[in-house]
Amino acid sequence: MSDQAPATDDRLAAKPVSRTRETIQTLMANRLAVAGLVVLTILVFVGIFGEAIAPYGINDIDIPKRLTGPSSDHWFGTDELGRDVFSRVIVAARVSLQVGFIAVGFALVVGVPIGLISGYYRGGVDSFLMRMMDVLFSFPAILLAIAILAVLGPGVGNAMIAIGLVYTPIFARITRGSVLVVSEEVYIRAARSLGAGDRRIIFRHILPNVMAPIIVQTTLSLAFAILSEAALSFLGLGVQPPNPAWGRMLAEGRNFFEQAPWMGIFPGLAILFTVMSFNFVGDGLRDALDPKQKSVIESRGQSA
Amino acid sequence: MSDPLVAVKDLEVYFPVRSSGVVSRHVNDVKAVDGVTFEINRGETLGLVGESGCGKTTTGLALLRLLQPTGGTVRFDGLDVIDLDRADLRALRKRMAMIFQDPYASLDPRMSIGKIVAEPLEIHSLVRSRADKHRRVGDLLEMVGLSPDYRNRYPHEFSGGQRQRVGIARALATEPDFIVCDEPIAALDVSIQAAVMNLLEDLQRDLGLTYLFIAHDLSAVQHFSDRIAVMYLGRIVEVADRVPLYEEPKHPYTDALLSAVPVPDPVVERSRTRTILEGDVPSPLDPPSGCNFHPRCPRAFEPCSVADPALAAAPEHDVACHLYD
Repeated sequence: MSDQAPATDDRLAAKPVSRTRETIQTLMANRLAVAGLVVLTILVFVGIFGEAIAPYGINDIDIPKRLTGPSSDHWFGTDELGRDVFSRVIVAARVSLQVGFIAVGFALVVGVPIGLISGYYRGGVDSFLMRMMDVLFSFPAILLAIAILAVLGPGVGNAMIAIGLVYTPIFARITRGSVLVVSEEVYIRAARSLGAGDRRIIFRHILPNVMAPIIVQTTLSLAFAILSEAALSFLGLGVQPPNPAWGRMLAEGRNFFEQAPWMGIFPGLAILFTVMSFNFVGDGLRDALDPKQKSVIESRGQSA
Repeated sequence: MSDPLVAVKDLEVYFPVRSSGVVSRHVNDVKAVDGVTFEINRGETLGLVGESGCGKTTTGLALLRLLQPTGGTVRFDGLDVIDLDRADLRALRKRMAMIFQDPYASLDPRMSIGKIVAEPLEIHSLVRSRADKHRRVGDLLEMVGLSPDYRNRYPHEFSGGQRQRVGIARALATEPDFIVCDEPIAALDVSIQAAVMNLLEDLQRDLGLTYLFIAHDLSAVQHFSDRIAVMYLGRIVEVADRVPLYEEPKHPYTDALLSAVPVPDPVVERSRTRTILEGDVPSPLDPPSGCNFHPRCPRAFEPCSVADPALAAAPEHDVACHLYD
């Protein structure tokens, strides 16, 4: 047998190339994605150490200095109670990120298993679960979140649940679609021929092979979840005063837009940069992880 | 001769065709495998040959119960494969394995080849420790002619032939008695085919394996099989030992298949008479009346379109054809 054994093979690189390493390299070659990552890193840092970085307390009222424009003392100016807008924008980063991560985490934890079960077992289970998801999906996202909050009552915790529920069907659908494709692969049949049970096939073979679109969707959903939180807070259903939140600050700034545009502009910019960064990272990840997915989305966009 | 290792009787695999619409109705069946009977003896290789779509892969899958047959029985070493419960089926999987046609699709792209080969060992708890597993995987890779150092690499780093070796190592991991080889060389470069065939042959000799070797042309199984079954449109039309089948094929279809194999001698090649079939394989949705093959058969006569010939058990050479009634 030794005569057939390839003793050396030049085609193989010196080190095994794992898919993960390849993905990171492709991602790092994408400038927008790297810029997004940098902004997000700063944001997470700010979110953790917000109070320590902020030059003023978030509720330090200084009436004589109310509605003053940006200056060296108050970089982003002050609001109608003389509170430092910069400090409030910085501290509000935490709640935005918290709501984003927890809500999307909820959607992942609920949606992905639903998609896995639907796509793998098919039949009646699939129909039942997907019709449930269709019901959730049929409402406009923000309207559904408002309806849920109307039932649960306003507050940060309930906003997380509401946003999470709204995004659950997206994850269920994306997961199911990929599972339908992957479960037809020969290597799934091969695993079954070896005696692998359903659990092993789902977690060892299917899940790793459907992760790419899920990771991409997670990043993109974070952007939308933060936007939704801002919208809910804007409407007074999310973060309650006097705690700062970007959406709330926008709503308050609206009343003073002519005298003190900085009250609304800076929190607005914070939302813009955060959402854009998540989108850039998401797009970069999509290109790096899943070139096929990209072409599918683009061709769909053209035909629509 | 002792009992056959695998005995297939009247195996039927029908795929229902349903009408589209709110309430789907059962309209028809695709008769992928329509009453197939054969036996495989211990330690032998049965070649299963037929055109694309004749049901040979479906037969292989049903044999391992990767597909649930709609009828017939499959016995493996006396066990009724079709009626086994979950636990027994799992135990049986240890003794049977499959090597797939496309080595690019049959390996999970997210797993290193070490993990791929280790998987059957984990499923059947055949290794006691990490070190034990490491050693076994190394041995298996060596057995198929791959360096154990490759264990941390991923399938996309390998060529087709090397991937097929990984697939073979995985199939061998549980030390099975029986392996279904589903066109294991069809997707490989010609230069690699011989090496993989030799590997399969060596393994059979060293490990005492029994093979069902599926192929779409006779040349692939010519030197490898002890007996050959020829399949056409879901049925077996001829089963015989290799030599009689090649030297005096009885069924006109086998004759046509054989004449499609080029002879490596220009003089013989130019002078021999060749049977060239007209037309395409009929749809398994609506197979012809009587003998499946009669619309394309150069020697068809009256009974062929009326009566369905049974596989007659002539000594050592079974054929389903009215010419031999």
